[in-house]
Amino acid sequence: MKIKTKELKYVADLARIKLTEKETGLFSKQLNSILEYIDKLKQLDTKKVEPMSHALEMVNIFREDKVKKSLGREKVLENAPSAKDGFFEVPKVI
Amino acid sequence: MEISKLLAEFKKDSLKIEDVASSILARIDKVEPKVCGFAHFDKQKVHDRAKKLSKEKQQGRLYGIPMAVKDNICVEGELTTCSSKILDGFKSPYDATVVSKLKSANALLLGKSNMDEFAFGSSCETSCYGPTKNPYDTSRIPGGSSGGSAALVAADEVIAALGSDTGGSVRQPASLCGVVGLKPTYGRVSRYGLIAFASSLDQIGPITKDVEDAAIILNVIAGFDPMDTTSIDVPVPDYIRSLSNDVKGLKIGLPKEYFIKGMEKEVRQSVDKAILLFKELGAQVIDISLPHTEYAVATYYIIACSEASSNLARFDGVQYGLRENDTSLLDMYKKTRGKGFGEEAKRRIILGTYSLSSGYYDAYYLKAQKVRALIKKDFDKAFRKCDVILTPTSPTTAFKLNERLKDPLQMYLSDIFTIPANLAGIPAISIPCGYSKDTLPIGLQLAGKPFDEPTLFRASYTYEKNAKWQKIKPNL
Repeated sequence: MKIKTKELKYVADLARIKLTEKETGLFSKQLNSILEYIDKLKQLDTKKVEPMSHALEMVNIFREDKVKKSLGREKVLENAPSAKDGFFEVPKVI
Repeated sequence: MEISKLLAEFKKDSLKIEDVASSILARIDKVEPKVCGFAHFDKQKVHDRAKKLSKEKQQGRLYGIPMAVKDNICVEGELTTCSSKILDGFKSPYDATVVSKLKSANALLLGKSNMDEFAFGSSCETSCYGPTKNPYDTSRIPGGSSGGSAALVAADEVIAALGSDTGGSVRQPASLCGVVGLKPTYGRVSRYGLIAFASSLDQIGPITKDVEDAAIILNVIAGFDPMDTTSIDVPVPDYIRSLSNDVKGLKIGLPKEYFIKGMEKEVRQSVDKAILLFKELGAQVIDISLPHTEYAVATYYIIACSEASSNLARFDGVQYGLRENDTSLLDMYKKTRGKGFGEEAKRRIILGTYSLSSGYYDAYYLKAQKVRALIKKDFDKAFRKCDVILTPTSPTTAFKLNERLKDPLQMYLSDIFTIPANLAGIPAISIPCGYSKDTLPIGLQLAGKPFDEPTLFRASYTYEKNAKWQKIKPNL
């Protein structure tokens, strides 16, 4: 087993996803077979290879630091499940 | 009817835009219940838009062309949900750059096409609205994730559509539905307003009835966009001009790693016939090798899921979409995401989170980035010997609904031939190359050098003009 149920629950927690018991069982089986497949990457010697994070070689694309029109508060809040006094509203944190 | 033909009719004034709208709406009425290609569609809005367009003085490069846009591309004031419950009710407050461009070209937008949830899938079955069906056989999948876009074009419910391609999501459904699908070079088309799946792989592309139409649409949507820092400031050529019926001297590479067992016999035969035709037309066909091909799927799933787990962190019940209430903020996040995401989305987010988490980062994410560099190098080397690389688009024709849904790994392997182009960032096109004996479409893929879409258009246009098989319309 590459990933145990306890570890799966921990990772789901990190990802902020509540899993049902059924999902936990199913995913732990499926993720193990996927990770086993992915293990084939270990066959390759990559000690001297530079990691590639992007398809094209480019560096630091800058734009001028100019103020532009933005959407506006009303439009931004239009889709919020809960908004109050011009802010997104969430359960009490403190 | 193709874009080019409809534009000509409008020019001659022999067709009115309202009549085109009515006839396409009648077609949608008739076949959409069988195809289910739209995620969001509003008849009245289409009439209103057609009316407005009919009053336009300037015709525009896509004047009156009925089009669909994949449901992960933002259209102002319209539902944009990535076919996911977590974005339930979300109406985009702005237009994606590609949508602004379609609107300025006066295209007639019909609606949003169905997709695998967040583009996670190869069959269009993970949509929260239910699967789209293949117009050639409605017991089969249309491919994915842009399955709605491809099916709508094949079923004549739209003339063209936009899709997005992260690992084959434009090309594979185009192949399985018998239409043309292009994934442009990474950075050729702006991603601004495309809801991100894997930012280093995603690219928007056209799905059309023929190669010329793909060139017409790329002409409209390509180009640098200051709103997308990964779009590239390279001049956009007129792609129509690359449509010449001539492949003499063109060097076509056949990667030996792609022509292996596991491919359906009829797929192999159709592709072999296409290769023969290219030879007859004067192309030079050579054998090449892409030695790291067998590692592409594993590399892709680590990179794509890692990026997805980060990109999808924003769906937490605060700014938009679904919220499952709880008294604690943390539990609100978890409940919302647990309920809002479908099974495949959760699986991928968890896989991505796992491979990015401390202790596993080096073994998975970093390793995958290194293998990605090796895969890219394979292509660089191959393109020193040839101009384009020819492969099948998919190893099989359309499979049955539910056939691969229970086995994620089997589903992932459906994209084995299309994934490498995304990892390398190169352009690739899928064009129809015949049918199986059950009249299921088969597709051929041509991949090119970065920004060399013109050569892809030239080769695929030539094939299309000279292919000897007869086109068959789906029987709906």
